[in-house]
Amino acid sequence: MTGGMILEGKAWRYGKNVDTDVIIPARYLSATAPEDLGAHCLEDLDPGFARRVRPGDIIVAEENFGSGSSREHAPLAIKGCGVSCVVASSFARIFYRNAINVGLPILECPEAVRDISTGDDLRVDLAAGTIENLSTGKMFHAEPFPDFMREIISLGGLAEYVRRRLQAGGSR
Amino acid sequence: MGHTITEKILAYHAGREEVRPGELVNVKVDLAMANDITAPLAIEAFRSMGAERVFDPAKVVMVPDHFTPARDMAAARNCALVREFAREQRLENYYEIGRAGIEHVLLPEEGLVLPGELVVGADSHTCTYGALGAFSTGVGSSDLAMAMALGEIWLRVPESMLFTYEGELPPWVGGKDLILHTIGRIGVDGALYRAMEFRGPVVEELSMDSRFAMANMAVEAGAKNGIFHVDAKTRSWLEGRARRHYREFTSDADASYVEKITMEVSGMEPQVAFPHLPSNVKPLSGVGEVEIDQVVIGSCTNGRPEDMEIAARILEGRRVHPRVRAIVFPGSRAVLLEMVRRGWMETFLEAGAAVSTPTCGPCLGGHMGVLAEGERALSTTNRNFVGRMGHTESEVYLCGPAVAAASAVTGRITHPEEVMG
Repeated sequence: MTGGMILEGKAWRYGKNVDTDVIIPARYLSATAPEDLGAHCLEDLDPGFARRVRPGDIIVAEENFGSGSSREHAPLAIKGCGVSCVVASSFARIFYRNAINVGLPILECPEAVRDISTGDDLRVDLAAGTIENLSTGKMFHAEPFPDFMREIISLGGLAEYVRRRLQAGGSR
Repeated sequence: MGHTITEKILAYHAGREEVRPGELVNVKVDLAMANDITAPLAIEAFRSMGAERVFDPAKVVMVPDHFTPARDMAAARNCALVREFAREQRLENYYEIGRAGIEHVLLPEEGLVLPGELVVGADSHTCTYGALGAFSTGVGSSDLAMAMALGEIWLRVPESMLFTYEGELPPWVGGKDLILHTIGRIGVDGALYRAMEFRGPVVEELSMDSRFAMANMAVEAGAKNGIFHVDAKTRSWLEGRARRHYREFTSDADASYVEKITMEVSGMEPQVAFPHLPSNVKPLSGVGEVEIDQVVIGSCTNGRPEDMEIAARILEGRRVHPRVRAIVFPGSRAVLLEMVRRGWMETFLEAGAAVSTPTCGPCLGGHMGVLAEGERALSTTNRNFVGRMGHTESEVYLCGPAVAAASAVTGRITHPEEVMG
């Protein structure tokens, strides 16, 4: 993901506390490849989601998205099925870190979540932090990321950030 | 303005005089841990970071405990990958099955986590070690890879919430009931991004095993960590386990809390969390007639000696209800050994319970007790989300070991007093 990316897709709207067990059920956790995990994304919440979702679509959910387990398989499954971004009223803390670390764009914006319904056409400007609901014509501004997290995001995830630190004379 | 125990531990590990909630800090980690589910991704991330050696082979721990003993070939492959990495990196603390257990029961037992330390683990229940007065929190695999490579991690200093428990705990009510009650009160995101600090006269009376159960479930309220102060009980529990010096941190009297909640526990009943959230909690008298198909006693929440002792006391001389399957899975080899030596093993087997080797299996619907469509389990584990223990049309109710054992006998959710008289 790069700083200036514009994302466009249809909204898939869900409620509160979408936990990592329904994002990617434990029975699939022996897999690690995003595309393998993506085939089962949201299977226990919305069966068939992975087949119906189109590349670029956007998950929109209420409070505490990604609660539960620390499995990084969850943001990887979401990326793996082609979802471009998650907009939520709030995120569970481990999921929040994991999403940034694996380069899955996430935006926190309760006002947008209240406005958006499943099937709405959305346009997200990651650099500006804006979410536009093309179906209702409304524009929303997400919580900005702290500078340090923006740096990780702009590098596409934590791996590149650490790689640079190691190359710059990290301990090993 | 003073500081909380959490802020002091973070400041110490950041090499700073003080830190304030909301700040992002780089902290040195004393221990980084992963299991057979999270380590494969962490190892992949470690390699893609260009890292070659872990920062300290004594401070990176791997415990294959989730889908072990390997439930299928895919799990076996992941375990082999972890084993190979541990060998290549000469990790001093790789725990093979048969000699190990569930990570969050095992690590404190082995003296690998001590008061004042900072631990990150690629497992959400890493917050368990807060019972020892340590800062510990769950992270994902990439964060863990960074910790393995650099020996440090970035953290946002959390606001602290102070939970004070007063009064006297009634019989059959323990740490699990206190934490379920607390989560029921504040909700599954009631402590989101925050530290939960547990204090008060009731907490001081609690056993270490009950404190571990409470800290373990801090994440179920969305918290970054749960933490207790070190006291005589902590120090005595650590005797013979701690093999290095440790530091005790304490919250200042004028420390700042974003919220303070005091709870009176006298008269509290055993608590049960209904499907499908750990916050959906009712006192036992409000449960009604709930028949169950399976009882699960164990896990990183309630797989410790105290839990096994309570369950054995209730099952002694009794039989598991004919319609019910009872599964006991101790948290570690040491707990299992104690079950054998104290005669609890015989009690469970005589009662008609299945006893498993230590594994996370049933808690997350991995193996060793997966639920079919329409089945209902009563479990001492920590999560009851949709599909958590199996089919999406199955149900999980959460409780402490006393209610679980009593209910195994009657076949419905039952107060231990009804069975024990």
